[in-house]
Amino acid sequence: MLILLPLLIPLATALLTALLYRQVMGRRVVSLFGAGCFLVCAILLLIDVERVGRLSVALGSWPLPYGIEFAADRLSAALVLISAVLGVAVLWHQTSAADPAPETPLLHPLIHGLLAAVSAAFLTADLFNLYVWFELMLIAALGLLVHGGEPRQLEAAFKYLALNMVGTLLFLAAVAFIYGATGQLNFTALSAAARRPELAAALPVYVTLLVLAFLLKAGAFPLFAWLPASYHTLPAPVLALFGGLLTKVGVYALLRLLGQVFDAAPDLLFEGLGWLALLTMLTGGLGAVYHWDLRRILAFHIVSQIGYLLLGIALASAAGAAATLFFTLHNILAKANLFLIAGLIWALAGHYDLRRIGGLYLARPGLALLFLVVAFSLVGAPPSSGFWSKFLLVRETFVQEHYVWGGVALAVSLLTLYSMVKIWLEAFWKPHPEGPDSVVSVANLAPAYAAALLLAVLTLAMGFMPEPWVRYVEAASYGFMDSQQAAL
Amino acid sequence: MKISKNPFELAPAINNSRNLILEQVMPLLYGVILAAAVWILWRGHHAPGGGFIGGLTALAATAAQAIVFGVPSALRRMPLGPMPLAVTGVALALCSGLPATWFGHPYLTHLWFDVPLGFTQLPLSTVLLFDIGVFCAVWGTLSGYIFALLRGSDATSPGEQS
Repeated sequence: MLILLPLLIPLATALLTALLYRQVMGRRVVSLFGAGCFLVCAILLLIDVERVGRLSVALGSWPLPYGIEFAADRLSAALVLISAVLGVAVLWHQTSAADPAPETPLLHPLIHGLLAAVSAAFLTADLFNLYVWFELMLIAALGLLVHGGEPRQLEAAFKYLALNMVGTLLFLAAVAFIYGATGQLNFTALSAAARRPELAAALPVYVTLLVLAFLLKAGAFPLFAWLPASYHTLPAPVLALFGGLLTKVGVYALLRLLGQVFDAAPDLLFEGLGWLALLTMLTGGLGAVYHWDLRRILAFHIVSQIGYLLLGIALASAAGAAATLFFTLHNILAKANLFLIAGLIWALAGHYDLRRIGGLYLARPGLALLFLVVAFSLVGAPPSSGFWSKFLLVRETFVQEHYVWGGVALAVSLLTLYSMVKIWLEAFWKPHPEGPDSVVSVANLAPAYAAALLLAVLTLAMGFMPEPWVRYVEAASYGFMDSQQAAL
Repeated sequence: MKISKNPFELAPAINNSRNLILEQVMPLLYGVILAAAVWILWRGHHAPGGGFIGGLTALAATAAQAIVFGVPSALRRMPLGPMPLAVTGVALALCSGLPATWFGHPYLTHLWFDVPLGFTQLPLSTVLLFDIGVFCAVWGTLSGYIFALLRGSDATSPGEQS
């Protein structure tokens, strides 16, 4: 039962907040309480998984290759926990005056619906069920995109919908092909069926189709157009949720399917994925250089970071998977936090456009320090969580003698550094273009600071005490790589 | 041609034209359609039918009522209103999986039991609860859409803000 609670609690919270459509305060309280319960359950799940190894339940007692299975191993449990942490931080931030989303009756149900879909996608062990949760994620995300009701948000939602529908159709077609070829949808059964020699010719084509769908959902080159076209219209807390979580679910699906289920996929697929990862890093980094809107810069950096995550998957080894998981955890925390901090910058300096703001270092040195810590983590300066992420990743590329891959990964860090320095110089260092008194003091920013601080503390903990985290992600990746060895 | 801001203006303004025969039949028809919907829901236990198609049938009653007498009248005749009904439905469906966990079965394992009525046995199950939930969810969600569409087609209809 514990394994289903991370899915049922956000769902129940979504329903409760939907019923409270007349009480704004009631919605907020229930929403925060629900997020707290979600966090507690995620922690309990992680502890249980550490103790037992792998939890699994087949819904409705249906026998296993046919029933829908939910399974939690270390990989799933860690990602569910990080989503819960992010959920709490985002909802906390939402109660402040730092660019909160309008409190329409549907805001909290949609946020919790999104959290439920994300954690269910992390927990399901069934390919078609994974598709269903991706769909629900898309629906909740669309609702959050349009719920402000501004024309530019509708335009963004249209782009988001049109491009994501392509991914959804690809995904569905790939699931149909794979089911037609193997007769299985359950991950364990699929990974056994995928080794049948008569499928050796057809299956890689279907798997490639599936990989394409996930690449689109993850925002990889050249399929990321929907991401920077839509994200900048969102209010800060929702943007943090989107930027932190949504694309990472695509990465998780790739890691799970290529690492565990279809690990017999041809080398060419992994090789191609590696080069795509490099292009994703580069284009994301270069796109960010061009922009002046804080949210657009950070949105392009989501794309750039996705490249690193894909690179870890392309290495097709347990160490590569461990690096991807560590990088994902670091990236969810740091990326979401930068969006939360961007909300604070907006509230204090009055704009997201870097050319029109400034002077924050003098006015708010605490915020400047907070930004600096998180930005350097994203860049990967030692000893930060980003440094260990890149260290694990690049070390594995060198071990496998992919020197170009490792070299590009390191070089792109300079682009990230350039963007972060640009934000630092423009927003914090230079004087405000409208005079030194233009940084206004805003009431009720404390929850936003607290949320950003919470995530920053976790980032620092990852940076200064990496051993337990590294041990965990290695146990996680060797865990699911072992299970595939056992199946052979 | 006049260019209209309202995309629904090209559709016939249903609420403005009275339809006497429908107005006379509707009060009776509403009950008949709902009864049929509940029968389809119940039948779905062992035969074709069930919550989803039953909910669609119940929606037919609500939609007809809204077309003939206007949205406010249809709102008055349906339980709870669209969104609360849909939410209650989903909640019922989620809760139907809980009793099984009490007995140590996985979530959503459904339980069957017979209620003795003396002359016969009434078979009940948690599946029925799930189906009722689906019924309410479909009815509530789709009636919400219908009301929004009808309001869009007739901006002058009274009680818009309800």
